[in-house]
Amino acid sequence: MTATQQTPVTAVPVEKPLDKNRRVHRLTGRDRVVIALMIGIPTLIEAILVWFPAIASIILSFGRWNGVGAFSKIQWIGTVNYQDVFNVDPNFWPAVRHNLIWLAFLAFIASPAGMFLAVLLDRELPGSKIMQSIFFLPVMFSLALVGVIWQLIFSPDQGLINGVFGTHVDWFGNPNINLWAALIAASWKHIGYIMVLYLAGLKGVDPSLREAAAIDGATSRQTFFRVVFPAMKPINIVIVVITVIEALRAFDIVFIINKGTNGLQLLATMIYTNSGAAARVGYASALAVILLVIALVPIISYLTQAFKEEKR
Amino acid sequence: MLRILGAGVASAAALPILSACTGTSTAAASSSAAASTSSAAGSSSASSAASSAASSAVAGSGSSTSAATQVGGTVTFGSNASDATPKAAYQAVFNAFKKADGVDTKVNTVDHNSFQENINNYLQGSPDQVFTWFAGNRMQFFAAQGLLTPIDDVWSGIESQYADGFKSASTAADGKKYFIPFYNYPWAFFYRPSVFKAKGYTVPKTLDELKTLAAKMAKDGLTPIAFADKDGWPAMGTFDYLNQRINGYQFHMDLVATHKESWTNPKVKTVFDTWKGLFPYLQTGALGRTWQEAAQTLVKKQAGMYLLGMFVGQQFPVGDTDIDFFPFPEVDTNVGMDAVEAPIDGFLLSSKGQGPQSKALLTYLASPEAQLLYLGADPSNVAANKTASTAKYTALQKKAVALISSAKSISQFLDRDSRPDFASPVVIPALQQFLKDGDSDSVTKSLEAQAKTIFTS
Repeated sequence: MTATQQTPVTAVPVEKPLDKNRRVHRLTGRDRVVIALMIGIPTLIEAILVWFPAIASIILSFGRWNGVGAFSKIQWIGTVNYQDVFNVDPNFWPAVRHNLIWLAFLAFIASPAGMFLAVLLDRELPGSKIMQSIFFLPVMFSLALVGVIWQLIFSPDQGLINGVFGTHVDWFGNPNINLWAALIAASWKHIGYIMVLYLAGLKGVDPSLREAAAIDGATSRQTFFRVVFPAMKPINIVIVVITVIEALRAFDIVFIINKGTNGLQLLATMIYTNSGAAARVGYASALAVILLVIALVPIISYLTQAFKEEKR
Repeated sequence: MLRILGAGVASAAALPILSACTGTSTAAASSSAAASTSSAAGSSSASSAASSAASSAVAGSGSSTSAATQVGGTVTFGSNASDATPKAAYQAVFNAFKKADGVDTKVNTVDHNSFQENINNYLQGSPDQVFTWFAGNRMQFFAAQGLLTPIDDVWSGIESQYADGFKSASTAADGKKYFIPFYNYPWAFFYRPSVFKAKGYTVPKTLDELKTLAAKMAKDGLTPIAFADKDGWPAMGTFDYLNQRINGYQFHMDLVATHKESWTNPKVKTVFDTWKGLFPYLQTGALGRTWQEAAQTLVKKQAGMYLLGMFVGQQFPVGDTDIDFFPFPEVDTNVGMDAVEAPIDGFLLSSKGQGPQSKALLTYLASPEAQLLYLGADPSNVAANKTASTAKYTALQKKAVALISSAKSISQFLDRDSRPDFASPVVIPALQQFLKDGDSDSVTKSLEAQAKTIFTS
């Protein structure tokens, strides 16, 4: 803030005319076209792919429509969909709770675990390249495949865990357990993803920072928490945002397990079951809007805080 | 397009890996191989008869071709038969159709589950002329939306070959016919006769006898009734039968299809209470088990019986004929047991599907030749056409024909009889909740509250 106030005072008398001249020279008509295109095309794409669907979702959430035929068939029913979601649907509150548990699990266990692995692997211990590949492997599998793999492991009658340990735990059928089984499967993938992101960030940290810290007599723990971690701020923001997004859009594994019922209700699976063949467009849109709002809260609050700190 | 964004947040990708969804997985999963070639050979004799039947029907329907000549041209066919065996079986049918009528069939096969999930978009976009679908409310919905072409002219030529149950299942609310039945399969209690013989069990005629039998089985160390509901839909079969045995077919339809009856009606509560009475005999841990896994316990003689569609036979080893069924027993003598649950798979004509070729195809598919040709690869169904020869049927198929033709009313399974926005998002979680807590009060209240919000439009 102070800088912007000061610059005009010193710069105005000498450079003003020069500046004007330069600006005239710089922006030819062709430049303007190029700039307009470069700004216009992404804006248009964003408008079509992001803003239009988002706003249409919000509008549709106030209607009742089976997705067939003209828009004139939509009955506008005000906030009835929202009232039904909050008051009637027995799956909604469990879904919110499961999404929040999912978020907490990823944020406090899976993401830190991925970061921890990255820090370990960054030390170039023997075999770290192989370990890196092993941990990253699940990220390259499609989630559908991940689902099938864990299905084989968790299946109550024919699965690996119950087979090896002789237990009879109903991993997918017991509503008190299946969420945790699904979380383990999801984390298996999430950890590898976070690890790679963080590893890339760690490689980008200026080594002289660590050397300086070492010369100042910092332990490796102090170096990490006091020097490296703050320097990794951009990556940390990315990881927070990705964790939130992954937690809220969680879908695939749960859908493969049991289509998101019986203890595994999630907002995303609810949207899917209500929108697919069910074609309850207004209701599914209302759920989508609620999910959007939930997603915006942590992301906006974190980003504003992060940028505020940056400005200081 | 707008519907896509509804699911947009869920974006990820729809993964239909584990086929589940509705009782329709029958055709998709039939495991017996090799049959398609042999059945193709068997058909050649039949194809000439089919040819004349088909072309005369087309001529009768007032289309341009004369009776003797072939129709020619091509017809597009949207298929959900994505698994190898049914896909090959369909191809054999189309090859025979080509011989008979000279029409090429261009097949557009879509993964079974994706086909069902995307059916609305599909029909509003550029659908194939003829496509695979199901009888019941799931068909009537599209008819009401004007997405289908009525085919009364095709039906006029084949009417005498179908039982009344099939005719009414092919008719929409406007009284016109839209659907060509291809095959169906009954739901019943399946068991291994060798086990019954060894232990001296007899087939139960009433629910009380069923319970007595189940108690005996439990004493003998068997799981009396195999049960699985991980995917949510199999439990609907138990509800359908109990409701139809206790309250009758019409009440069942008024409840699930049109919501003329309330779920909080004490009659519905009786159904759930009766179901609860069976809980001690049901295989535990059902919510973590697929129907295939439950069927395996029947195959391995760990379970005594299993209420499922005849597609349970797909889980039996090839050549294993130690399988039989008995109909769902009587609960109330006043209601009897003349309702049978036997979902019908078949074909619809899309709104853009008119033309002599598509009608020739539908006529051919309605013929016993086409149906038997298809079933050669799939012994877990029976032909819909009542004139189809049962000579090559297995004993089980013959019994299924007898059961279905004895039925006064045929239900299509809850997720086909009811609205799609009610069956899957509402009924599945509600039944699963009931299986967990056995609370007939809360399940009926919850279903009624949600039904009220859905059956308003």
